[in-house]
Order: sequence, then structure tokens, then C-alpha cells
Amino acid sequence: MSEHVVSRKIYFVIFGTLMVMTGLTVWVANFNLPGPLNAIVALTIAVFKATLVVLYFMHVRYSSKITWVFIACGLIWLIILFALTLSDFLTRKWVPISTP
Amino acid sequence: MWAFLVTEILFFGGMFMAYILYRTKFPDGFAHASAHLDWKLGGVNTAVLIISSLTMALAVYYSQTGNKQMLMLCLVLTMILGATFLGIKGYEYYHKWEDNLIPGSNFKWEGHPGDPQQVQMFYFLYFMMTGVHALHMIVGLGIMSVILWMASRDRFTAGYHSPVEISGLYWHFVDIVWIFLFPLLYLLGAHLHDQ
Repeated sequence: MSEHVVSRKIYFVIFGTLMVMTGLTVWVANFNLPGPLNAIVALTIAVFKATLVVLYFMHVRYSSKITWVFIACGLIWLIILFALTLSDFLTRKWVPISTP
Repeated sequence: MWAFLVTEILFFGGMFMAYILYRTKFPDGFAHASAHLDWKLGGVNTAVLIISSLTMALAVYYSQTGNKQMLMLCLVLTMILGATFLGIKGYEYYHKWEDNLIPGSNFKWEGHPGDPQQVQMFYFLYFMMTGVHALHMIVGLGIMSVILWMASRDRFTAGYHSPVEISGLYWHFVDIVWIFLFPLLYLLGAHLHDQ
């Protein structure tokens, strides 16, 4: 693991940011934004919060490149899961299939 | 631990994928179903977990600096917060049971907007995802009690504290899963204002 000792001040700053982001998520959810914007905003904030936790609380910012590779692998496979499944599901109506 | 967490990303990823699919299929049913979840309790739980991540990170800090007393205090705080999270979840589940919202033969959705089958699908996903997450929390509490016990027996020094860091990674991961669960499950119907 990393021998780099992260200062407590950084932890508290990240904590404060996470709480503010949570409040922001709740606040935005109360507005009926056009189209899929509600989900996009909520997920963008969630990704930002998760990134903060991963980089600072989980010390990944101070970790070796091999750690980064592991995390990237997990995310890449997750994206493959979402992309391939959705590309099938969302295009089902494109090709008419005649049922017997 | 990172190798294990990568498998966990895909483990939860599968359920998130199911959620994405059915939310795309049933946007209205899901929104109406979500409006019946108490977002305030969900929000409190989110805050509880974020605070517990802070105390966990501080526990790692104190293990790095060889401060046994503060390390144990932060571990205890983390566990108390984790238990609080589970308590609130249990309270929510109990009320879902009372309101006939647990999918199965007991499920009833009347007098509220939204197709019952779609709503039932939402609650199926809700219980699966938060249930598996809660299981992970329980395991996390188990791990933390072992770490706490080890700390009490002077097993950690500034030179050797890897188990604390590694357990912290697991704890933060479980927090991250909730960070995504909260907006996707609780805040869908927030703009509908029907409780």
C-alpha cells in the first residue's frame, strides 16, 4: 500500500465536498428537468463523489500504476456490460422481426 | 483487495444493468414507485455512510502514525455509523412490509398512480440492490470488529498497518455503491411530490 500519509485536513475537505454534493443531488432532484437531464445530473454528481472517494479516501491518487490498471480494468468491463447490453436493448425496434 | 473489489464492481454492475434496463422500459412506474421511498431517510443514510468513510480514512491515518487510541476510536465510530445505517435500513424495510410493498404474494399497489406490475419490478430491484448492499455492510462490520480486536492487541504499528488500509478499501467501496444507489432509487420520483 502507499506509505504516503494523507493529511487529515484533506480528508475533512473531501468530506465536506461529499456532503455538499449530496445536498446538491437532493436539491436538483426536486426540479423536473427536461428529458433525461434529471438522471444525467444525478449520475454526474454521483460519479464525481465516487471519484473523490476513490482518489483520496482510498489513496488511489498516491498509489502505484498497477493499482490504477486494476481499477481501469474493472471500469472498462463495467462499460462493456452497459454498452453492449444497451446497444442491443435500445435498438430492438429498429429491425422488424416477423413472429410465426 | 483491489482485485476483489474489481469483481465486486461487476457484481453490483449486473444489478445496476438490470435497473437501467427496467427503468428505461418503465419510466413512469419507476418514478411513482420511487416516490414512496422516504428520501429523507435515504439522505440521512447517505450522510451516515459518508461520515463513516471519513472516520475510516482517519482510522487509516492513525494506523499510519501509530496512534493506537485514536485508531481504535475511529474504528469504533465507523462501526457505530455502519450499524446506524443498517438500523435505518431495517426500519425502512419494516415499513415496506407493513405497506405491502415487498414483491410476492403480499404485494399490493392500489390507490396510487403507476402500473402495479411496473411498481413491483422497481421494488424487486430495490430490495435486491439494497439487500445485497446491506449484506456487504454486515460483512464490513465483521471485518472491522476483527481489525478492532487486532488493534487492541497491539498488532499494528506505523511500520505495519496493511490490514487497516485494506479493510478501509472494502469499506469505501461499499460506501461508493450506496452513493450510486441513493439517487437512482430514492430521488427518481422526487419531483412528483406525491408521498
